[in-house]
Amino acid sequence: MKKILVPIKMVLDANMRPRVKADGTGIDLSGMKLSINPFCEIAVEEAVRLKEKGLAEQVVAISIGPAKAQDSLRQALAMGADSARLIETDGPIEPLAVAKLIRMVVDEEKPELVILGKQAVDDDCNQTGQMLAALLDWPQATFASALRVEGTVVHVTREVDGGHQTLSLPLPAVVTTDLRLNEPRHCSLPNIMKARKKALDVTPVAACGVDTVPRLKVLGVKPPEPRKAGRRVADVSELVGDLRAAGAI
Amino acid sequence: MPHYKAPVEDMMFLLRDVFRVQDIFAELPEQKENDLEIISSILEEAGKFCSEILYPLNAAGDIEGCRLENGIVRTPKGFAEAWKAFSEAGWGGLSAPTEYGGQNLPRTVQILVDEMLSGSNLSFGLFPGLTRGACEAIEAHASQALKDTYLPNMVSGVWTGAMALTEGNAGSDLGLLKATATPRADGSWTVTGSKIFISSGDHDMAENVIHLVLARIPDAPAGTKGISLFLCPKILVNADGTLGARNAISVGALEHKMGIHAQPTCVMNYDGCQGWMVGEPNRGLAAMFTMMNAERLFVGVQGLGVADASCQTALAYARERMQGRSPDRAGTVPIIAHADVRRTLLSMQSFIEAARAMVVYTALEMDREKFHPDATIRQRAGENVALLTPVIKAALTDFGFEAAVAGQQVLGGHGYIREWGQEQYVRDARIAMIYEGTNGIQAQDLVIRKLTLAEGLPVRSYFAQIRQTLAVAAAHSNAAPLAEPLGAALDLLEGVTTRLISGDLAGPDDRNAAAVDYLRLFALVSFGWMWVRMVLACAPGQPLPDALVQHKRAAATFFMQRVLPQATALSQQISAGAGSIMALPDELF
Repeated sequence: MKKILVPIKMVLDANMRPRVKADGTGIDLSGMKLSINPFCEIAVEEAVRLKEKGLAEQVVAISIGPAKAQDSLRQALAMGADSARLIETDGPIEPLAVAKLIRMVVDEEKPELVILGKQAVDDDCNQTGQMLAALLDWPQATFASALRVEGTVVHVTREVDGGHQTLSLPLPAVVTTDLRLNEPRHCSLPNIMKARKKALDVTPVAACGVDTVPRLKVLGVKPPEPRKAGRRVADVSELVGDLRAAGAI
Repeated sequence: MPHYKAPVEDMMFLLRDVFRVQDIFAELPEQKENDLEIISSILEEAGKFCSEILYPLNAAGDIEGCRLENGIVRTPKGFAEAWKAFSEAGWGGLSAPTEYGGQNLPRTVQILVDEMLSGSNLSFGLFPGLTRGACEAIEAHASQALKDTYLPNMVSGVWTGAMALTEGNAGSDLGLLKATATPRADGSWTVTGSKIFISSGDHDMAENVIHLVLARIPDAPAGTKGISLFLCPKILVNADGTLGARNAISVGALEHKMGIHAQPTCVMNYDGCQGWMVGEPNRGLAAMFTMMNAERLFVGVQGLGVADASCQTALAYARERMQGRSPDRAGTVPIIAHADVRRTLLSMQSFIEAARAMVVYTALEMDREKFHPDATIRQRAGENVALLTPVIKAALTDFGFEAAVAGQQVLGGHGYIREWGQEQYVRDARIAMIYEGTNGIQAQDLVIRKLTLAEGLPVRSYFAQIRQTLAVAAAHSNAAPLAEPLGAALDLLEGVTTRLISGDLAGPDDRNAAAVDYLRLFALVSFGWMWVRMVLACAPGQPLPDALVQHKRAAATFFMQRVLPQATALSQQISAGAGSIMALPDELF
C-alpha cells in the first residue's frame, strides 16, 4: 500500500500524578510532562514496522491539539514516520470532532490504512476509531493484538472478552491498537536528530471547516475522595453490625 | 522494589528555567539549532534506554562480574548485547564531531546522559566514557591519518578505547613511569611495559580495543616532561581498514576489587607491541591533560548518578516501609513520617539537586569554551572550568559516596543485604573518589594551582558571580532568607582563600593540610549558590508544577539551615594551619 495514516494524541504522561484545577473545570496540565499516548505509540510502531517490511511506502502521523503536540509528532517522526501534520486547537475537543478532522485529512492524504490507539489514557473515551470508520464507511477492527497485511486485505486479531477473534478486512480500513500488539522501539539518536528536519505541517483548526463545538458539558472535575482511616473491630458481630449500619449487607 | 528513573524533569528545569540554555546556545553558532525541544527528546530517549536496558543489567552484572578465560576477558551476560544496542542507537557519538559520525551535541547534554549512565549502570557507563575520552585525545592531538583510521569506528562503538597511564610504581606521580617506546623504521614505535588499573582494558563486547599508552622514548628527560603518548590497537588495522594480526598486547590479570565488578579493570602487558605516537615527543602528558577536565567532570557525575540511584530506592522504600508511630498520624506509619528519615532523605536530595545544577553550570562553561565565537569569552570560560574541575570531581564523589551510604542507611538491614541494591551503590561509588586523580590530589590541584591561575582572576570572578546572585536574591521574598547564610559562608570562603593565596596559610604545608577542607568549603558555598539560583527560578508566575516549586524551596531551606553551617567548622579547621599535623615525627604516628 502507498500510505498509512496514524493519528496520535498528546496526553499527561502516565507517570505523572494528575492534579485537578482549583476551579474544578479539569486537570491542570501547566508545567506537567506531556507524552504521546501509549496506545498511539503502539500505532506508530506498527505502521513503521509495516513500512520496514516493505508493505507500506509512507507513514504520516497526525495530531489534533495544542502547538505543544508537535513534540509528540516529532517523536513519531523519530520512530520512523515520514511526515506529520498538526491541526492546532487550544480548546476542548471531543472524539466526534477529532474523527471528523481525521476524515478530512484522510480525504486529502488518501491512505489505505488508518491505525489509531484504541483509547487515550487521559479520558479513556475509546470512540475516535469507531466514529472515524463510520464517517468514512470503512471496515474497522478494534483492540488489535496482531496485524498482518496480505495484498489488499488486512488480518487483525482482536482481544475480546471470550479470547481472540480474527477478522479479515478489505483495504481501506481502520484499525485500533491494544497494548499487546507490539513493544515500541527506542529511538536512535541519529533518528531523533533527523526527525526535526522532516516535514511537520501545521493547520489551524479554524481553517478546516469542521464543526468542533463540544456536545458534552463538563459539570465538574474532582479528585477521588481520599481513603478514610480504618478502624479495628472487636469481633465478628461488631463487624456485621457495622456493615449493616453502612448498608453494605 | 529498587528501580531507576532518569531525572529528566529536574534536568529540564535546570536547562530551561535556571540556566536558560536556549539563550546560551543561541550565542554558539554550532549549537544554536539545539533547542529545548530536541534536548528534551534526547534526554527522554536516553533515559528510557538507561532505565529499561542498562539498569536491569546492573545487579546481575555485579554478581556475575568479569572473568578472564584463556587470556580473554568475558563480560557479564547481556553486556555485549547492550553495547550493541547502545552503539546502534548512536549514543556513543552524542558529542563527537560530525565528520567522524557523531552528532556534535553540547557537553551539557552529554554530561546529563553520563549521569543517567552512571546511575543506571556505572560499570557499563565507563565503556562509552573511556572510549569518548580516548577519541577526544586522538582528535585533539593525533595525525589526520590516525584520526581517519580510528575515530569513525570508535565513535560508532565498533571499537572501544582504553587509557593506559598507571604503573605499579607510578600512580599519582606519573613522572615515575617506566614503560618504553623505541622507534621503528616505518615511523611507528615498539611499546613495552606493564600497566595496572586499566578500565575497559579488554572485553568481548567489540571487535577491537584502542589503547592510549604513556611511555618514554630513548633519551627522554626524567619526570613528567619525558612522557609520550602512543596509540596501540589490540588488533592491528590493515591499510584498507580491515582488521589484521593480533598486536603484542595481553591481559595479565583482572583486578579483584570492591565494586564496579562488571567493569573489566585489567593489568595490561604491552610486550613490544606496535604503536603510533599521538602528538609530539615528550608531550604525552600534556596531550592527556587536554581531555582531563572533561574526564574529571564525568567522574564527578558518576558520584552524582550513583547517589541519585540510591536516593530513588531509599525514597520509594521510605514511602512504603511501615514501622513505628508518629505524633500526628494514626497507627503504624511509613518511615518517611519520621524526622530522622526525612533528614536523611533531604540531606541526599539537597546535595544531588545542587550538584546536578553545578554540573550543568560547569558543562555550559565547557560549551562556551569550545563553541563561543568570542576568544575572550572562550578564554574566561576555560579558566572557570579549570578552577571548578577539581571541585566537581572531588566534591561530587565525596558527597556522592556519603549520599549512597545515607541511602543504604534508610533501608536499615535491607540496605546491607544484596537484594535491594543499596550496598552495591556504596561499593560502586567508592572508586570515583579514587580514580582519575584521588580526591586528595584534586584538593591540592585546587589550592596550589587553580587559586593562583591567571593571577587569581578566575576565583575572583567566580566569587563575584555568587555576590551578584546574592544581590538579586536580596529583593526576592523567597530567596532573601537563603541569601543571608550563603553570604556569611561566602565571607568565610573568601577570607581563607586570601590567606591561602598570599597570607598566613600560604606556606606549602599549610596549603597541603588545608586543601581537602578548603575544597569541601568551596563546594558547600557553590551548592548554596545553586540553591539560591534554583529558588530564584521558581519565582511566582513561572509555569512550573507546584510540587517542584515546593520541593525546591524546602530543600533549599534545609540546605542553608542544616548543611551549610559546616562552613564555619571547615573554616576553623583550615585556619588552624598545619601545626598539629606536621609536629608529630613520622615514627610516632
